[in-house]
Amino acid sequence: MTYVDDRYNMTAADVFDLECTGISKEFGDFRAVDDVSFRIPSGTFFSILGPSGCGKTTLMRMIAGFEDPTRGDISIKGVSVLSTPPNKRNVKMVFQHLALFPMMDVYDNIAYGLRCAGAAKEEIARRVADVLERVALPDLARREIHQLSGGQKQRIAIARCMALNPDVLLLDEPLGALDLKLREAMKIELKLLQHQFDTTFVYITHDQSEALVMSDYVAVMNAGRFEQVGRPEELYHAPKTAFVAGFVGDSNRWKGRALEVRSDGIKVETDAGLSVVATAYGESPIAEGAAVEIFVRPEFISATKPGEPTPPAAGENEHTGTIDSVLFNGANSRVLVRSPSGTLIEADVVVTGSGEDVREGDPVRLTWARAQSMCFSV
Amino acid sequence: MSSDVKRLSLILLFSPFALWIVLLILLPHIGMVALSLREKVAPRVYEFGFGNYIDFINEPIYWNTLLRTGSMSLLVTALALLIGFPVAYYIAKIAGKRSRGALFLMCLIPLWVSDLIRAFGWILLLRETGVISSFLIWTGMTDHGIEFLYNDVTVIIGLVYTVILFMIVPLVSTLDGMGDDMIEAGYNLGGNSLTVLRRIIIPYAMPGIVAGCIVVFMLTAGSYLTPILLGGKNSSWFTEQIYDQFITRFNWESGAAFGFLLLAFTSFVVWLGLRLSGQSLTNTVART
Amino acid sequence: MARANTSKALLFGYQAYIVAFFVFLAAPLVAAGTFAFNDSLFPSLPWQGFTLDWFFNDTEPKLGMFHDRRLLRGLYYSFVIALMVSTLSVAVGTTNAFLFVRREFPYKNFFYILMIVPLVIPGVILGISILVLASNVANTADDRFGIELEFLRPGLFLVVLGQFSFITTITSLVITARLRKCDLSLEEAAYNLGAGRARVLFTITLPFLRPAMIASGIVAFLVSFENFNTTLFLVGSESPLTITMYDRMAKVGSTPVLNAVSFFLMVGSGLLALISVVVQRPAPSE
Repeated sequence: MTYVDDRYNMTAADVFDLECTGISKEFGDFRAVDDVSFRIPSGTFFSILGPSGCGKTTLMRMIAGFEDPTRGDISIKGVSVLSTPPNKRNVKMVFQHLALFPMMDVYDNIAYGLRCAGAAKEEIARRVADVLERVALPDLARREIHQLSGGQKQRIAIARCMALNPDVLLLDEPLGALDLKLREAMKIELKLLQHQFDTTFVYITHDQSEALVMSDYVAVMNAGRFEQVGRPEELYHAPKTAFVAGFVGDSNRWKGRALEVRSDGIKVETDAGLSVVATAYGESPIAEGAAVEIFVRPEFISATKPGEPTPPAAGENEHTGTIDSVLFNGANSRVLVRSPSGTLIEADVVVTGSGEDVREGDPVRLTWARAQSMCFSV
Repeated sequence: MSSDVKRLSLILLFSPFALWIVLLILLPHIGMVALSLREKVAPRVYEFGFGNYIDFINEPIYWNTLLRTGSMSLLVTALALLIGFPVAYYIAKIAGKRSRGALFLMCLIPLWVSDLIRAFGWILLLRETGVISSFLIWTGMTDHGIEFLYNDVTVIIGLVYTVILFMIVPLVSTLDGMGDDMIEAGYNLGGNSLTVLRRIIIPYAMPGIVAGCIVVFMLTAGSYLTPILLGGKNSSWFTEQIYDQFITRFNWESGAAFGFLLLAFTSFVVWLGLRLSGQSLTNTVART
Repeated sequence: MARANTSKALLFGYQAYIVAFFVFLAAPLVAAGTFAFNDSLFPSLPWQGFTLDWFFNDTEPKLGMFHDRRLLRGLYYSFVIALMVSTLSVAVGTTNAFLFVRREFPYKNFFYILMIVPLVIPGVILGISILVLASNVANTADDRFGIELEFLRPGLFLVVLGQFSFITTITSLVITARLRKCDLSLEEAAYNLGAGRARVLFTITLPFLRPAMIASGIVAFLVSFENFNTTLFLVGSESPLTITMYDRMAKVGSTPVLNAVSFFLMVGSGLLALISVVVQRPAPSE
């Protein structure tokens, strides 16, 4: 049973749009989804984040009804839907490649579900016009699908589902096929659409930035299990497992051994011979001499030239090295620093374009706080 | 979907297929073989035996005709490949984007014109009073009409003509799927035209080549109109023997034996071709 | 420079070869078509002037094809046969496509090869084997039970069966290829939006298959129309056009009315082939 923290349960109060209890799915000997439980309160943007093959698509297909779980139960608005066929569940889905019907125009795509439900002609016309209005594409009703741009297709795919007032909208990596610029714009747009419809969105992705930007809650999934469920900033700053620490956000990642465990920190020597003072994270305690893994995010490492004033974190972790290369990327620029032990350490730097900037070969001093070295037992 | 419904729908989908294959392909061929093993010993009295096949072996005209049909069909297949490959390559790889479509269309549109009309066209061109002969008289190169029909060369030209589009069309589809970058990479890595052709283009096009060859060979060996109309009475094509036994002599037993021999022979050649080229029926003829 | 020149010369030679090929391709067809308009009793040079008599004239000796009873009847039978064959073969081709793309069953590969096999059996053999079986069954029914099964004697029905036996392979392959390209998520999306099984089939899957069904139907029509080898053995008194033309050619010799029929058929089949190519063309920007 995956742990869901209390605050999360409290905000949920009484209404859960979607609730999964002990869901497992086995394909022969392979367990794609392994005992997953979670509850999603009404009106939440909930993301399931995981690498490809982690079982997130299988989980979504079970919610939509295209696969039957081997064990466990799925409830929508408090009612079990296991015996409800996919075409009768009020869970709508935006497919990975959108699956807009190419042989129909925009109007007929949106009207499809309403026609299946047996709605009257005027009713259909009214609802299609209404939903097109809400996705801000009121004039596109008679467009053919292949005439739409990528972003328009995206919105039509959502409109097609929202016309049916679903209890839950599932989105299966719908931004995957878009180019980078459009993807950035669509992230914001999806979030706004979710606010506007005030419907629960369950969003599946392998892209951590999509999950962090849009979601109220994110579940990190790995090898069929939920590693951690929480708000984006919790996952980022307080990962519960090494997997979450590694998968969410960028980190320097070192394997090592705990030399000394004290109440105010753990002294670790990495396999490459770098010694680091770290803080214990995760649920399993760390014993002296145990193998550990350390994660340090580049933005918490400050790189200063010799002679510059020392930042406050000095003394906790301090290493010298030379700059191996400068990775310029505007506001996200970094340096790769080679420490005397040979370890390459990534640290964020500000590159201003002036003569003060660090250059390859420069000696630097790296400092970071003990609290920013997240240490997990392996 | 419950497993019962699944089973039922599988049976419903399978039955048209099974009816077609069993009633129109398997049973008729079994019937044909059975008939060919029946000897007529007296009017309306038959017994089991290999007499029809023994007759075939004892009569050189018969097996000569089969060998002739087979070897000429192979020749026609080879010619169709040699003539057709450059055309297909031009359409798929050399021609500009717009002319490519037009050229391919020019191959597709006459694809389904009847053998009869094709042969008829050649007759009008090649006979003694035909267009070419008249033209030669008009230019003064000869003073009497020349008969171009009724010889083996004409039969072969006519057959190549009849079947060549069935070679070109699969070749164009296969070559079309090959990226230009693959050829360019071949040159880039230091290959000359010949090695690129031999090492890259031909291996890539192999499924298309084999598909074209199989279809062309079958069509040629099984053709009836072209050899008869262009080769005349003495064209000695094996299908004529079958027709002769069935329709003219009303000797169905022997006709069935001949039919089986033709089928066995062509199947053997197709099998050999697939074996030698390392292809299968599924990835050649079944590609559309 | 020398290299550029030789490659230029090579390309020119190549293009000349292509032109020569298309001349070769066109020559007999042009000859067969052109003499339909020659105002002469024989389809040969010299050119006697343009006429449409071989299409529309209603008196001998220049009886036009549209007044020639036998040719018209042949055309009618060909049309009826082709229509039945294409309808049947598209129907079975579609069920075959669903069978081989959407279902799993034992020996599937073996059955798939069986499906392809009819295409590589010479047409003559399909004709005689079906003739033999049908006659056997008819004779047995007659001898044992005294029932005359007229439809198993050479005639329209056997011709349709004979052509259907191998044309179904063509339609099956074309429709199977299309169904393989059908994105399963389209159907799932339709279920997800609340459609039932039948509705998904009729609103999503079949419309998706329609171009392939039309194109393969046209090809089936054309192959049936021009078929000779299989038909020859199965034909009864209702001769389709190719058989009628062949008889005419063999017995009467060639007259320009045959050119008129050829012209008519070439234009007809060319147009149909063009339509089949156009329907199968992918939609713009896809």
